[in-house]
Amino acid sequence: MARIEFTTNIQRHVECPVEILLASTLDELLTAYFARHPRARSYVLDDQGALRHHMVIFVDGSMIDDRVHFSEALMAESEVHVFQALSGG
Amino acid sequence: MTQRLWVGTRKGLFRFDLADSGAWNLGRKAFVGDPVTAVLPLADGRTVLAGLDHGHFGCKIQRSEDGGDSWAEVGVPVYPKKPESSEDFDPGRGRPIPWSTKLIWSLDGGGGDHPRRVWCGTIPGGLFKSEDAGSTWELVESLWNNPGRKKWFGGGMDLPGIHSVLVDPRDSDVLLVGVSCGGVWRSEDSGASWAQSAHGMRADYLPKEQAFEPDSQDPHRLAQCRDHPDRVWTQHHNGIFRSDDSGRNWLAIEDVSPSDFGFGVVCHPRNPDTAWFVPAVKDEIRVPVDGRFVVTKTEDGGKSFRSLTQGLPSGEAWDLVFRHALALDEDSIRIGLGSTTGSLWVSGESGESFEQLSAHLPPIYVIRFS
Repeated sequence: MARIEFTTNIQRHVECPVEILLASTLDELLTAYFARHPRARSYVLDDQGALRHHMVIFVDGSMIDDRVHFSEALMAESEVHVFQALSGG
Repeated sequence: MTQRLWVGTRKGLFRFDLADSGAWNLGRKAFVGDPVTAVLPLADGRTVLAGLDHGHFGCKIQRSEDGGDSWAEVGVPVYPKKPESSEDFDPGRGRPIPWSTKLIWSLDGGGGDHPRRVWCGTIPGGLFKSEDAGSTWELVESLWNNPGRKKWFGGGMDLPGIHSVLVDPRDSDVLLVGVSCGGVWRSEDSGASWAQSAHGMRADYLPKEQAFEPDSQDPHRLAQCRDHPDRVWTQHHNGIFRSDDSGRNWLAIEDVSPSDFGFGVVCHPRNPDTAWFVPAVKDEIRVPVDGRFVVTKTEDGGKSFRSLTQGLPSGEAWDLVFRHALALDEDSIRIGLGSTTGSLWVSGESGESFEQLSAHLPPIYVIRFS
């Protein structure tokens, strides 16, 4: 089960509660999360399903490289943080 | 119905209400802190759409059904999946065109016989249509897939975009679309097919042999006369142009003082020869000429222009008015203008003199009367 948490700034626009979900990859985790919270998807992903330009995701403290397919493997107790990048906006 | 002025700024949407006394009062505020890049009050007097740019979190559209007292997020234009084989590059910068909404740049109603239809112009150049006042949106693929779009390029913005959608008052199937940079596109079948329509416009930012290339024109804003729709005005990067044939061909207006550069234009609803502009120094300097902020008005189809100064700053002022921040109320002939330095003015019913409503708003992107 992986834990996913979002920046507090996004909560001003759309509710993104912490969830603990079963997923073996980041893609599976995001898919499961957005199935529960569909409004949140377009705040994090762009029209093509890629991570928005000025957003970042950390998996267990490391910033992800694959911003399109989210192929990062998750561990049994992985911690995922969805943050704003320090750019743009 | 109370007359209202909607002001979309870098930090929120502000509604000014006209009281019986004739005073404009600041009423409701919404989205304080968030950039409001487009606003459209529909003809029903209740429904208002606002386009927002949340930066990190993308563009969104909010709708009010009660004149701005409450708002809810509705649908947003979404581009289709970009084919992996797609070769879609900005020819000016060589960068890929993202198939993703980067800015809600314009919102326009669909005409009197389509009260819930809305056209949305976006950066990077997609035109979207809604038939349900913004609940759902559909990309106008006939324009997006038109081979001519591959010639569009970014100007002041890094990517091309649609900023003006004119719906012919005689026939709501007839559309004129202004593209920076990509000319003027005309449809006579409600967007099913399109033809370039910037013939006669001139681009001094290109080599001389390409200066009249329609696809490379940078119209900043289009305005059509309500009662004489064959007359269309364009404030172009290179000056002012006038069409007498419903936007098919364009004539350059010469000898405009103090400058023929600017962004906005509005046309008198009954007199096609009367139009208003807000001049600035061409072209990347973009400040009032000699620091004197004026509105220019022609009443003879562009043969001559007068500078309107009454009620505008008498000393130096460095306000710039963006393309959507010059507006006209067609019933009262009031002119409104909002500047990048947060100043807001409204004219009396003749459009001759102005009253300052505020000098302390955030930078103003768009204003609209309802």
